[in-house]
Amino acid sequence: MAQTRVTRAQHSGLFAGGLGIIVVVVLAALPFLVVEGVTNFLVNLFILLALATMWNLLAGYGGLVSVGQQAYIGLGAYTVLFLAQNGFNAFVGVPAAVLVGAVIAVPASWFLFRLSGGYFAIATWVLAVVAAIVITGIPSLGAGTGASVPGLLNYNAIDLGAYTYWAALVVAVAAVLATYLLMRSRLGLVLTAVRDNEIAARSVGSKVGRAKLIVYLVSSAGCAAVGAVIAISQLDVQAVNVFNIQWTAYMIFAVLIGGMGSIEGPLIGATIFIVLQQTLSQFNGWYLVLVGALAMVVAIWVRGGIWGFWADRSSFRIFSVGYFLHQEPPQDGGTPPGVGPSPRPDRRKWLRRLRPRPS
Amino acid sequence: MTLLNAVIQGVFLGGLLALFAAGLSLLFGVMGVLNLAHGDIAIVAGYLAVALVPALHLPALWVFLIVVGVLMVCGYLVQRLIFQPSLESGHLTPLLVTLGMSVVIENLLLEIFTANGHSISIGTFTAGSVQVNPQISLSYLSVAILGTAVLALGAIQMGLSRTKLGRIVRAVADDRDAAQLVGVNYRHIFGLAAAVAFGTVALAGLSLTMYTSISPTSGPTYLIYGFEAVVIGGLGSLWGTLAGGVVLGIAVTVGVLISSNFGALAPHLVFLAVLAIRPQGFFPRRVTT
Repeated sequence: MAQTRVTRAQHSGLFAGGLGIIVVVVLAALPFLVVEGVTNFLVNLFILLALATMWNLLAGYGGLVSVGQQAYIGLGAYTVLFLAQNGFNAFVGVPAAVLVGAVIAVPASWFLFRLSGGYFAIATWVLAVVAAIVITGIPSLGAGTGASVPGLLNYNAIDLGAYTYWAALVVAVAAVLATYLLMRSRLGLVLTAVRDNEIAARSVGSKVGRAKLIVYLVSSAGCAAVGAVIAISQLDVQAVNVFNIQWTAYMIFAVLIGGMGSIEGPLIGATIFIVLQQTLSQFNGWYLVLVGALAMVVAIWVRGGIWGFWADRSSFRIFSVGYFLHQEPPQDGGTPPGVGPSPRPDRRKWLRRLRPRPS
Repeated sequence: MTLLNAVIQGVFLGGLLALFAAGLSLLFGVMGVLNLAHGDIAIVAGYLAVALVPALHLPALWVFLIVVGVLMVCGYLVQRLIFQPSLESGHLTPLLVTLGMSVVIENLLLEIFTANGHSISIGTFTAGSVQVNPQISLSYLSVAILGTAVLALGAIQMGLSRTKLGRIVRAVADDRDAAQLVGVNYRHIFGLAAAVAFGTVALAGLSLTMYTSISPTSGPTYLIYGFEAVVIGGLGSLWGTLAGGVVLGIAVTVGVLISSNFGALAPHLVFLAVLAIRPQGFFPRRVTT
C-alpha cells in the first residue's frame, strides 16, 4: 500500500513565480527601451489578456457563462469620459472604473443570479444592450456619435503612449494576480467544488452564492478597468464600439483556445489571438473568421484548450492553484497505520443472525 | 389614433419577430441549443436572396423557395456536424460555439458583401398598402409577413402535435436516451428539427430584407428580440412565442412615440420585467405536451 502526501506549490511554480516577477519588471521597463509600435502591440495584448482572464474567472471557475461583459467595458470607458469631462485626469478613471464596475454589478447580480444557464447568458447580453441604449441617450456623453476624451491630447505622444502602456500593464497584472490569489484562497476551493458538483458543494455547507457573487463582482470590476484603458488608448469613446459584443466574443475565443478553467490558458489564448491579428492585419476581417473557427474547433474537440492539453500530460504549472497527490512507497515495507487494510469485524456472523430462519 | 396605429403596426412587427423566434424556440426546446448565430443565419438567407434574385432571372418567390430549401439543408448539416458534437461536449458548449459561428458569419459577409446595406424589392408588392382609414394604413408586406408567421408557427405546432414525426421529436426532446432505446435515431431527428428551424429563420431573414435593409451586422439585434419573444411567451409554446413577438413589436412602436431611443429600450425593459416577475414566461409549456 502506497503512502500519500499532499503538496501545493511545486518547485516549478516557485521558479515560474520568480520568472513572472522578472518578466513583469522587464515589461514595465519596455517604454524606455523599444519603439512605440511594440508597446502599442503590447497594449492590445494586455487589454485582451486582462479581459480573457476576467472571463475565465467568471465562466471557467465560477461557471457563470456571460455574453454581456461588454456592459462593464462600456461603463468603464464612459467613467473615464465622464471624469475627464469634469476636469479629472483621464488616468484617474481607471481606479474609478473599478469602483463603478463593482457597484453596478451588485444590483445586476440580484437580477441575474435568479437565472441560470442559457437564460443567464441572454439576460447579461440584454443588460449590456440596455446600458448602451441608456448611455446613448445622454447628449453630454456624446450620444450616438461618441466623444473624445478631453485632456489626453495635452500629453506629448511619447508620454501618453508610455502611460497608456503602464496602465494596461497594471490592469493586466492585477487581473491575473487577483485571479491567482482568489483561486488559492478558500473561495477557490469552494469554486472548484462547485465546478465538480454544485449540489454536493451546497450540501456540505459551501457558501456557493457568496462565492459566485465575489467572482461576478471581481470580473465586472476588472472588465470596467479594461474599458477605461480602452477609452484612453483609443482617445475617444463610442457606444457602438465599447458596448460591442465583439469584446466578449474576443475574450471567449482567447479563453477557449488557451484553455478554460486555468490561469495559464487565457494568457496563451490572448497571445495567440493578438499574434494572429497582427500577422493577418492586411486581410481585414479574415483573421476573425480564422480565430472564430479555431475557437469553435477547440471548444468542440479539444476541451481544455491548449493549456488543458499540456496540463493533462505534465505536472508543470506556472500558477499552481490545485493540489498534488504524491504516492510514496512505505519506508520500512510495513503497513502504515490507517492506510492498509483495516481490521474489519466479521460481518458474516452478524448477517447470519438477520437471515430469516427456515420454519 | 396615433396610439392605435402604433399598436396595429406593432402587431405586424410582432409577426416578423415571431418568425425569428420560432426557430430559436425549436432549437432550444428540442435539443437545448441556444443558437447565438440565429440572427446571422437569417442575414445569410437575406444576402443569398440579394445575390440570387438578379443572377437567376426567376420570379422572386421561386428564389425565396430555393433560399429556404438551401437553408434547410444547411440546418441539417450544421446540426449534425457542429451542434451535435458541441452538445456532446457540454451543455453550454453550443452557446460558445454558436457565438464563434456568429463572428465567423458576420466577418465572412463583411468581406463578401461589404458593410453597405442591401434590400430586395419585389415590385409594387413591397411598396403597396391598403388604407384602412385616414390614419391607419397597412402595407401588403407587413400583412404577408404576419400571415407567414402565423402559417409557419401553426404548421410547426400542428406538425409537432399531430404527425408521427412530431411525436418522435417530442419523445426525443423528452428523453433522448429512452427514445434511442426504442429505436429512434435521435441525431437524425435533431437534424430534421434544425432543418425546420433554419427554414423558419430563412423566412425571417427574407422578410427582414424586404421589410428594411440588412447589413452583415444586423443579425444580433433580431436574435435578441427573438430570444425575448421566446422567453416572454414561455419556452415550448409556439403560440406563446407569437404573443411574445407581438408584445415586443407593440413595445417598439409605442415606445417610438415617446422617443426613438425609448423605442429601442422599451422591448428590453418589457423582457427584463417579465424575466424578473415570471421567468417561465406567460404560456409555459413543453414542446412535448
